[in-house]
This record gives sequence, structure tokens and C-alpha cells, in this order.
Amino acid sequence: MSWLWLHQIGAVLRLEMRKTFFSKRSWWIYCLAAMPVLICVLHWLVEGRRMGGRHTLGEDSMIFAGLFQFFYLRATIFFGCMGIFSNLFRGEMLEKTLHYYFLTPMRRELLVTGKYLAGLAVALVVFVGSTSASFLTIGRHFGPAWSDYLYHGPGMQQLGSYVLVATLASLGYGAVFVMCGLLFRNPMIPAAVVFVWENLNPFLPSLLKKVSVIFYLRSLCPVEVPVPPPFSVMVIDTDPTPAWLAIPGLLAVAGIILAYSAIAARQTEINYGE
Amino acid sequence: MSDNLITFTNVSRFYGEVLGINKVSLSIPPGITSLVGPNGSGKTTLMNLMAGLIRPTQGEITVCGVPPSHPERLCRLMGYCTQFDAFPKGLNGYQFIYWFLRMHAMSPAECDQKTAAALERVNMTPAAQRPVAAYSKGMRQRIKLAQAIAHDPQVLVLDEPLNGLDPMARAETIALFREWGQNGRHVIVSSHILHEVDQISDQVILLSHGYVVAEGEIQGVRSEVKEQPMQILVRCNDPGGLASRLFHQDHIVEAKVSKDRKGLLLRTTDADGFYLLLNRVILDSGLEVESVAPADDDVNSVYQYLIGGEGATV
Repeated sequence: MSWLWLHQIGAVLRLEMRKTFFSKRSWWIYCLAAMPVLICVLHWLVEGRRMGGRHTLGEDSMIFAGLFQFFYLRATIFFGCMGIFSNLFRGEMLEKTLHYYFLTPMRRELLVTGKYLAGLAVALVVFVGSTSASFLTIGRHFGPAWSDYLYHGPGMQQLGSYVLVATLASLGYGAVFVMCGLLFRNPMIPAAVVFVWENLNPFLPSLLKKVSVIFYLRSLCPVEVPVPPPFSVMVIDTDPTPAWLAIPGLLAVAGIILAYSAIAARQTEINYGE
Repeated sequence: MSDNLITFTNVSRFYGEVLGINKVSLSIPPGITSLVGPNGSGKTTLMNLMAGLIRPTQGEITVCGVPPSHPERLCRLMGYCTQFDAFPKGLNGYQFIYWFLRMHAMSPAECDQKTAAALERVNMTPAAQRPVAAYSKGMRQRIKLAQAIAHDPQVLVLDEPLNGLDPMARAETIALFREWGQNGRHVIVSSHILHEVDQISDQVILLSHGYVVAEGEIQGVRSEVKEQPMQILVRCNDPGGLASRLFHQDHIVEAKVSKDRKGLLLRTTDADGFYLLLNRVILDSGLEVESVAPADDDVNSVYQYLIGGEGATV
């Protein structure tokens, strides 16, 4: 009987994954995740034909860092998480199906947890998969040098860091968007506010920088990418947060947001706007 | 005793400025209870409150001793077939029932067995593997009913459950409600179709504009409507003679002989007095009486007297 809650979370998780994976509604998320992979594959193919390309392996590493920080973190993972997580509850409300979940004998906290874990599983498969595929493809045209970089150089460590950051980004943004889906009729509005806030981060004073997800994620990225001119003059430099603080900090913030979402779910009523 | 009742104690629910229900106090015993009232009278609000889908603005509710704020206990003993004609995407009929049963933390084998039994119960076994999205309106209604009864609840709440069903399915569904009601369970049904309500209900709750207008067994409710004289139909061999003997009584308001001249429809303000008088007339005159029956103690008549013609389908 004490494991009842685990069975219930498992049931929600499995049902949600059936519904979320490869659903028609999510096609744009898969396109968004496939785009950088496509860019890296094209890069590999084009550079491979040049026979002794014009740039170095280090430059490719820097290109990937830029792609990861400016495209993955700020667009693919952010909007992808918005699409996946805000729909976990808001989507059910729009489709008038949330009452089926509310009429099961499970605590709303467990429902939030189950749905969040299902969203997280999808996000991790899509975004970690995409990040790994892009990273492993971007330098393939260097041939054995790339393999050497991966297996005997810093390559795998960098990949591990990117995977960790993509995972933490999915955890953090996922929690934020679950809450948005529960609290707002139109989660696009809070999502837009969060998007602007996250992108203003390099230009904010040190104290305000720390009230964001992206600040901690950038601290964990293995390669630092400077903000390009002319925006670079407006950047306010701040010491990056050490990993031992950034990782548990992000996990704690995600946990607090989820706990608040669970409280919100307990207060949620079925009102499909009729 | 209260563990067997559904109780509302001074319950009100407002949607902003709009009244849902106001100061409702009820005590619903097991059996089939019908909620009757025009659109917007508060039937669905009452059901949603009972199921914990919405919370009361004030007052207290318990369902067999369990408050709706504890879904982990309430939803084990309650099944609710709502009016929403929507289903989770991508599931077939079997999966729709099976996956929500899994959330009760039953074993896969038990869920499978209960799903099959529920599908069988509503004659949906042949269509179980088809996507719910491809179902007709009647099939969707039946699969919702199957989902509501699959975990064998003690309390079954049904919002307009007969909508969209063909006559055969209607009869089968009504038979199912009767069986559940006779087993000592609660079956709470809302319906606009008054003659069906009349057929199946052990008790009715009449609602109008968010207020409970009347509740209880229908004959009891009818007898409480004092301002409307009772109608009684007497089938006998001499309705004209009977009419002439009765007419001088003060409580007889109206008497009408039927076209076949074998029936007399009376309206009286004192039904008990009338029955005593009729006994005397039979003894005195040797009148041959075939039947004596109230003609307006059905839901439809009570509805007309208390609420009026708005919104009901006879």
C-alpha cells in the first residue's frame, strides 16, 4: 500500500508519454530540435568536400558553443519546453479532458509529478538527443582528428557538460512552464515575459542576473562565448556561479516551482470556460 | 448513518457574480435520485461540487462521509460520467478505460479484467479497439459510462447520460441504473427527459435558478404542492353518477367524464377525504370500480406545477 503513489505516478507517466511522444501537436518541437542537427550535418558535408577546410577544430568547438548557447538554450529548449510542459495541463483544459485525471483517486501533487516526469522524459529524449547528435556531427569532417578529440581530448567531457546543461535547462524551464500552464489561461504571455527576461540576462546588473535560469546554465557551459559587438559594450560582467552551487541551485528552484504548481493544482477547478 | 448519505449543508456556489446554487441543504439516500430542472438551474454545478471538480463558495459536502476535497478517497467510491463530450487524444475505447483504471493503482491484470467487464456491460466490446475519435455520439456516451462504472463505484453520478442514445441503448442503460440502485448504491442522474426520470427515479430533486424547489419521493413531493388540487382518475361503470354524488363536496374542484364514458377525472384539494368518500359511495350505490389512480403525481406534473414549462422535455 505504501507504494501506491509510485504506481499512480507510473500510470500517469506511461499514459502521458503515449500521448506526448510523436503527437501531431508536437511536430514543430521535433522540427526545432532537428534544425541544429541538420545544420551540423550540412556543415560536415560541406566542409568534408573542401578537402582540408579553412578552420580549425577549436573554431568548430567555438561554433558549437555559440549554437548551443544562442540557439539551443534560448530557442530550441526554451520554446520546446514551453510547447511540451505548458500543454500538460493547459492542453487538457483546452481539450476538456482534465476532469478525467481529476476524477481518479490520486493526489493532485502526484498528478503534477507524473505529468512533469512524462514531459521531462520527452524533453530529454528530444533535446539531449539533438544536442548529442549535433555535437558528434559538427566535427566529423576532421576525420581521425575529431575521433581523437572526442576520445582522447576534451570532447567527451564537453559533450557531458552540454548534456548536463540541456538536462538542467529542461528541468528548470519545464517546471516554469508547468506552473504557467496551471496558473494562466494563455501561457504564451508569461512565456514571452520569461523569454525577454532570460535574453536580457547579459545586460542586467549582477544581482538581477542571478534571478534567471540562463545565468546558471551559462556558468556550466564548457566553452564561453562572448556577446558579439555592438551588444558587447552593454554587457555587465559577473563571476560565473560554480557548478557545485549552480546545479543544486537549479534543482532546488525547479523543486520549489513544482511544489507551488502542486499547490496550484489542488486549487484548480474544472471550468472549461463554458 | 451519514456514511451512507450524500449530504449538502447550506452549500452555495457563485461563479463571480453569477449564482450557481444557493443555500442548498440536502441529504440523499441510496437509490436512484434524479436532478430535474431547466438549463442553468444548477444541476451540473451540484454534480461537480459532489465530485470535487469545483469547490463550494460556502457550506459543506460529504459523499458517504468523505469530503470532496480528498479525491484520493472520494474517487475510489465515486464514478462520474460528465456532460463533456471530449476524450484524451490517440486512445481507443479499451485504452481509455484501462489507463484511467491504472491510476487507481490496480494491477495490470485487474485493470484488464475490469476494463473488459465494463465494456461488456455497455455492449462496447466489439468496438473496444477502435479509436474513440471514430465513435458515434451514442458510442461515446456509452464508453464514458463504461469508464465511470469500471472501478465499481458506490456512487455513480451521471450528467444527462441518456443523451444521444438510441432507444435500445436507452433501455439497456436504464436497466443498468435500476440494477445499481437496487444494489443499495447511489445513482444520481440529471435529465431533461421527464418521462424517463419518472420511470427510473426513487426520488427527485427539483432545481430552479440555483435553488432546490422540492426533494424526496415524487408522490411525497406532489402531496406537498397544496396549492394545486390533486388529480385522480376513477375508472368505473357509471362515471356520470359518481360525478353527481361527488360534486356537492367542497373539496371537489372539478370533475370530467372521459370520452369513452368509463372514466372520471377529478380534481380535489383533499385526496384523503375523497378516498373515504369514494368508499362510502361504492358501498351505498354498488358502483363497480375498475381502478383509482392519481393522475398527476409524476415528475412531469410536479415539474409543471413548481417550475413551469421552461426547458423540460416530456
